[in-house]
Amino acid sequence: MEKMMLLGDEALAQGALDAGISGFYGYPGTPSTEIIEYVQRSKQAIEDNIHRTWSSNEKTAMETALGMSYTGRRTMVTMKHVGLNVAADPFMNSAMTGSHGGLLIAVADDPSMHSSQNEQDSRFFGHFAMIPILEPSNQQECYDMAFYGFEISEKFHTPVMIRLTTRLSHSRSGVQRRSRISQNELSKPEDIFQFMLLPAVARKKYKNLIKMQKDFMADSANSPFNSFTMDAKDYSKGIIATGLAYNYLREAFGKDPIPYPVLKICQYPAPMDEIRQLYDKCDELYILEEGMPVLEEKLIGAGFAGTKPIHGRLDGSLERDGELNPNKVAAALGMPVKYGKDIPEIVTGRPPALCVGCPHADSFIALNKAVEEYGRGHVFSDIGCYTLGFMPPYNAINSCVDMGASVTMAKGAADSGLFPAIAVIGDSTFAHSGMTGLLDCIYDKSNVVIVILDNSTTGMTGGQDYTAFGKLEEICLGLGVEKEHIRSFFPFVKNHEEMTQVYKEEIAYEGVSVIIPRRECVQTMKRRNKKGSK
Amino acid sequence: MKKDIILAGVGGQGILTIATILGHAALKRGWQLKQAEVHGMSQRGGDVQSHLRLSDEEIHSDLITMGDADMILSVEPMESLRYLPYLHEEGWIITNSNPFKNIPNYPNEEDLYKAIKGIKNHLLFDADAIAKEIKANRSMNIVVLGAAIKQLGFSEEEISESIKAIFASKGETIVEANLRALVAGIKLSK
Repeated sequence: MEKMMLLGDEALAQGALDAGISGFYGYPGTPSTEIIEYVQRSKQAIEDNIHRTWSSNEKTAMETALGMSYTGRRTMVTMKHVGLNVAADPFMNSAMTGSHGGLLIAVADDPSMHSSQNEQDSRFFGHFAMIPILEPSNQQECYDMAFYGFEISEKFHTPVMIRLTTRLSHSRSGVQRRSRISQNELSKPEDIFQFMLLPAVARKKYKNLIKMQKDFMADSANSPFNSFTMDAKDYSKGIIATGLAYNYLREAFGKDPIPYPVLKICQYPAPMDEIRQLYDKCDELYILEEGMPVLEEKLIGAGFAGTKPIHGRLDGSLERDGELNPNKVAAALGMPVKYGKDIPEIVTGRPPALCVGCPHADSFIALNKAVEEYGRGHVFSDIGCYTLGFMPPYNAINSCVDMGASVTMAKGAADSGLFPAIAVIGDSTFAHSGMTGLLDCIYDKSNVVIVILDNSTTGMTGGQDYTAFGKLEEICLGLGVEKEHIRSFFPFVKNHEEMTQVYKEEIAYEGVSVIIPRRECVQTMKRRNKKGSK
Repeated sequence: MKKDIILAGVGGQGILTIATILGHAALKRGWQLKQAEVHGMSQRGGDVQSHLRLSDEEIHSDLITMGDADMILSVEPMESLRYLPYLHEEGWIITNSNPFKNIPNYPNEEDLYKAIKGIKNHLLFDADAIAKEIKANRSMNIVVLGAAIKQLGFSEEEISESIKAIFASKGETIVEANLRALVAGIKLSK
């Protein structure tokens, strides 16, 4: 079969399709979005009717995937790293129930925060839940790990995390496919206690999970994705390279063989016996990790570094934050570092901005006018394109924390006496995590104005469908917002005066108001028109 | 043989199309390829870049090592300079001279041109004007690509074939416009 040119995300999706998956669940989030987008375009997925629509959020996605696993089918849930925070409850507990059909949790981390509010490392979460973690180093491994992940998930009856990072998720390379495996038949779990975490049952299950750690470790030691090259010319350094860091290590040496012993780790729990051998044999240990110093801290905690130095992100050999690259790895190993020329001083930053004609821009201009008399500091916002409303010329919002936090932070500020307290949240973000916060506002009759910017898509991640599309007014009514305080307008230059007036009226109303500026995202509109004209 | 290329521009200017065409041509030769792209927030009018690595041997890193790039191929003049730390001594800057101004403090164009001309191997031309002249307004990126293929060691035939394959689904008119843009670009090369 000819090689396919696939992004890391796409390779994982194609791998799962070929490995007999029955359903994908997830919520869009950079850099994980392309996994499900790929499946939605895939002829193979459409023909086989593989589940591939978006979920409301990562928690519902994780739980739905667990339900599919309950029926013996193979399934994958996808999310970005901060999405795992949202899914943390079912995620942690899925380690306790274990899986029936193969269950893969694909989490894409974003070191350097290209499109994220932090750079948390999902391997911490994987270790916290005590489940096996796979961390591919290239696109082929993304593909192969879907097969392997399902295999160990079904062998050990455990969910398995696949941890990607931005550079792999969004980098394309050739992938060789294998012959396809068919889907599992529907079957109920053999053990009726398996998914029942009543304390008396859970205590037993936890003991079992602890017992399994030995098996997970043994599996890692024999993993086709971990490799240990102990034969070397020079034992002054021993190198552990995890995931993508392994590529940078090889790149740094180019065509020259690496003179030091190298342990490549792409499956966790990290194989401690091999690490011990490496440590005993070498003068110093170097740990190269894309992300946080997860392994480095673990080794120091396990009593390594007592007599010999361990180098990595903690001792400053590598920067403590940010993604790795070949230059950083070369520098850490004391190799000569190449560099072109400095960027001329005249080159200025070009930060992302709202698109020309973006409806959010109009919504912000009118909102700014409406709150002018109160000064800055009254508008809480959320995660999406509209977060760019923080930048000039708008300077319209004052917070961005997590999905849904605009509504609840505005409520907290209102409870404390801030007036006006305004939340600005996108339509998809509202569906993801805004609804429950709005219910809190209703319950307390809080004096807030909730602005739901309806561009009819999940914009920032490239324009995906979302679950509450076309239902925003009904949802707000259903949650208990008074009908006359659910207002909507068409955000457009000509309407600025009317819009400002609506904002002012609802600010003046003492209670919960919802304002819905509604106009389609210019990007999705462009795409729709292009399709239509063909 | 190995070619490390930084493709530079502003979100929406079509650098990924250049990458797709070069990638297609490289694969036809049986070469390996890695192509790191920018998705997400930065695509909204911000600076974007793609690391395109082509080689007849195994490629390890998805990112180009600083000081190793053979070429910065840019559809915007200021963006061509943003990646100078990546370019090696003998590397080329090939760039459109027509600025994309979506920021209030965009620098003086003449200063940018001076900096570009300060690089030993450079090609600076108004690709938008050339595209307009040949009635291929939306193929500015292909003019830029055309100017680069000689330095990258690709023939006109190879790239034409790839353009035909990639744009086939968009109709004959678009294929023709892009082929005109390719030829116009090739004329600029040294």
